[in-house]
Amino acid sequence: MLNLYGKDFSSRLLLGTAAYPSPLVLRNAVEAAGAQIVTVSLRRESARERAGQRFWDLIKDLGVDVLPNTAGCRTVKDAVTTAHMARELFATSWIKLEVIGNDDTLQPDLFGLVEAARILNDDGFQIFPYTTEDLGAAERLVDAGCEVLMPWGAPIGSGQGLANERALASMRAYFPGVPLIVDAGIGAPSHAAQAMEMGYDAVLLNTAVAKAGDPAAMALAFAKGIEAGRMALKAGMMEPRDMASPSTPVAGTPFFKLDNAS
Amino acid sequence: MQIVVNGEPTETVVRTLAELCATLELGSDTIATAVNGRFVPAQSRAELKLRAHDEIEIVSPRQGG
Repeated sequence: MLNLYGKDFSSRLLLGTAAYPSPLVLRNAVEAAGAQIVTVSLRRESARERAGQRFWDLIKDLGVDVLPNTAGCRTVKDAVTTAHMARELFATSWIKLEVIGNDDTLQPDLFGLVEAARILNDDGFQIFPYTTEDLGAAERLVDAGCEVLMPWGAPIGSGQGLANERALASMRAYFPGVPLIVDAGIGAPSHAAQAMEMGYDAVLLNTAVAKAGDPAAMALAFAKGIEAGRMALKAGMMEPRDMASPSTPVAGTPFFKLDNAS
Repeated sequence: MQIVVNGEPTETVVRTLAELCATLELGSDTIATAVNGRFVPAQSRAELKLRAHDEIEIVSPRQGG
């Protein structure tokens, strides 16, 4: 089971709710994925549209846990205030903490992230920080009270997969007891499977499913990829080797002569 | 007086944040509020008196990744 802040989950796929062609497609994707946690956000509301009410009704009907984000926040103050609004809005202390540092890469501002994490931890939040593979920043986030870390695989929405695989492997080795979730940059189920094979605890993705030709089918494909990667990790994978090693027994090979053996 | 609601300059005669939400027909909706960058809990909206040039954010749940 995946344990996040004391709560157990059987699904290791956290799914974003943005950019689907319709609410029905979103619903079908969440159900096909078997996702138990979805990410949500908050935006300015107007009585003309009431977009928030309709969306919230749909999410409540899905019966899943919600992980609100602070997407778009570029300062500590904005992120902290957004987190407080989200806690009241969604009635949860969970917060996917994003403090964006660069508009082109949407890379987290690690200095602001750590500062915001300290403030929100003191305010009683349970923080899921969107971070990089930087071990120093990760240590400070853990010191600030974060019990989960969410390093990026690649820039948000890029679909590149695990751009810095070795650093992600180091992070896994460095924090053996901390739940680690690859968040952002995943493009294909094979990327998600790879993260799970490396020992990551879960994968959070959005665009790869929402923008697929058939989002529900892709959601299922991701669920299967994540399950396969996790099973492979637990089964114990072979070590790679430089040279070939025949899998078919050599003994008893027809026409075999000792002279040929070299 | 003039205030700013969700980034738009707005002329209003209301006195409190709760009155503003009601006037905007959002009083009974699932919303959260902030004034001048600080979170204002739902139970505090009735006591929070608005002043000229206050910047008010009124938000609701939305899709997110």
